[in-house]
Amino acid sequence: MRKVAIIGVGSSKFGVRNDVNVAELAFEAFKPSVEDAGITPKDIEFVAVGSTGAGAWYEELLPAVVSAEYCGLTGAGLMRCEAACASGSAAFTAAYWTVASGQAEIALALGVEKMREIDTPTMMEWIGRAGYYLWEFHNFGLTFPAYYALYATAHMAKFGTTEEDLALVAVKNHKYASMNPIAHLRNKITVDDVLSSMVIAAPLKLFDCCPVTDGAASIILASEEKVRELKIDTPVWVAGIGYASGTANLSKRLDYVGLEAAVSASQMAYRIAKTSPDQIDVAVVHDCFTIAEIMAYEDLGFCKKGEGAKLIREGQTEIGGKIPVNVDGGLKAKGHPIGATGCSMIYELTKQLREETVERERQAPMKNYAALAHNVGGTGHYCYVTILRR
Amino acid sequence: MAAMPSIKSREIKIVQDIPVSKTLPFWEGLKQGKVLATRCVNCGKLHFPPVADCSQCLASNMEWFELSGEATIETFTHVVVRPATFQHEKPYTVAIGRLKEGLRVLAWLTGFKLSEIKVGMKAKLVAKITPEGNPTYEFTRPE
Repeated sequence: MRKVAIIGVGSSKFGVRNDVNVAELAFEAFKPSVEDAGITPKDIEFVAVGSTGAGAWYEELLPAVVSAEYCGLTGAGLMRCEAACASGSAAFTAAYWTVASGQAEIALALGVEKMREIDTPTMMEWIGRAGYYLWEFHNFGLTFPAYYALYATAHMAKFGTTEEDLALVAVKNHKYASMNPIAHLRNKITVDDVLSSMVIAAPLKLFDCCPVTDGAASIILASEEKVRELKIDTPVWVAGIGYASGTANLSKRLDYVGLEAAVSASQMAYRIAKTSPDQIDVAVVHDCFTIAEIMAYEDLGFCKKGEGAKLIREGQTEIGGKIPVNVDGGLKAKGHPIGATGCSMIYELTKQLREETVERERQAPMKNYAALAHNVGGTGHYCYVTILRR
Repeated sequence: MAAMPSIKSREIKIVQDIPVSKTLPFWEGLKQGKVLATRCVNCGKLHFPPVADCSQCLASNMEWFELSGEATIETFTHVVVRPATFQHEKPYTVAIGRLKEGLRVLAWLTGFKLSEIKVGMKAKLVAKITPEGNPTYEFTRPE
């Protein structure tokens, strides 16, 4: 396998983007990534698109094709990757493989999702079906917040994690989103705001949940040879990608206090990147719900099992703490355009590693120039962990 | 923000016919008040939800058996904001219970006040026909 670098990144503004269709939204992320890399669309040999709601929550069934045409990419090798909320990471992995294997010199991972073209109950229905429709949705109407609420209840019962602890995750992530101009929710909130928000699926409340967001992110990958040829001054290297999966039926999981797929994927990523949790300078984790961030701390080895709540209480996941997490606002407040999120995580980490975040207050201090992205699809159905190094 | 200009997509109605021929005894069993599961005759693995093919040994020789229904609740949630096709329901509680046989089941939990429900409590898994006439199963208060 060859070394692979990220040479260009771009992101759209996240939010309710009823001003654009899926291809136009993809373009908003794609154009700055090409400019960042100093290449043209014709230089890109392979394109992997991460998108989940094709034909369901937006009208196009083949978003890869329409986005590629709109961005001037027709002719390149093309595929769409589906790994639910980790589709962006699946696309990133596919693009990485084409370069690492020597099949392509330059490849693109493009994540795009348009979620706000349908009403909220229909959106809850589609995403609720994203598990095992026949056995866990058809008769029981589980929603996505409800799947994670099952984990929250068990984590609270076993480790004494409280609703206040969950709220602290939302407060932190809204704080950093308020500093991030591309974030969806830029309001600062308090623990009381979270606790007094309406119950969605107990114990999770409105402010424990990520918003329904439109957004796109674009990542350009290249071989070491191309990095030299293009005279890229700050390449960010892919140090390791780990992946794993979990059972479709939640009833078949070992327990409800962590995601086995995340543990396996992170161990694989650490092993390939020859690193360990204590060497990571900054992380973005899959905080689709507040409980998910607390479980991520534990699954990734940032703390021991059951001590995730302690980590947030002590402020260890803020800038200045042991391991800053989701200092872009996370899925919780930056937003979670499902198929775009994996690429959006890589966008943020690349900016962090280059030390060029727009706002200095949310730049994580770099010691080892190592960063980690944890992207979960479904409720631990898929997991990708990516480690980057400058 | 003012509403953005848009056009409506063409409307379609989607209803899929989901095959159940290989798990028919399960759906018929529910109508007779029984919750059935499968046991692999080749390797002995128990399966719930019931299956025709064994994911452990890949054999396709299953026998049906009735579950005890004796469950311990491992986790639960109370779903207030409901999906489109559950809008007509009142908020409902969903739980995962571990049966005496070692299998876990996810289903609605009824017959308790929300404040009474605790992780670790006992419940009974029973077959049920919904008011609309659909076979299902749920956890409820043990007799």
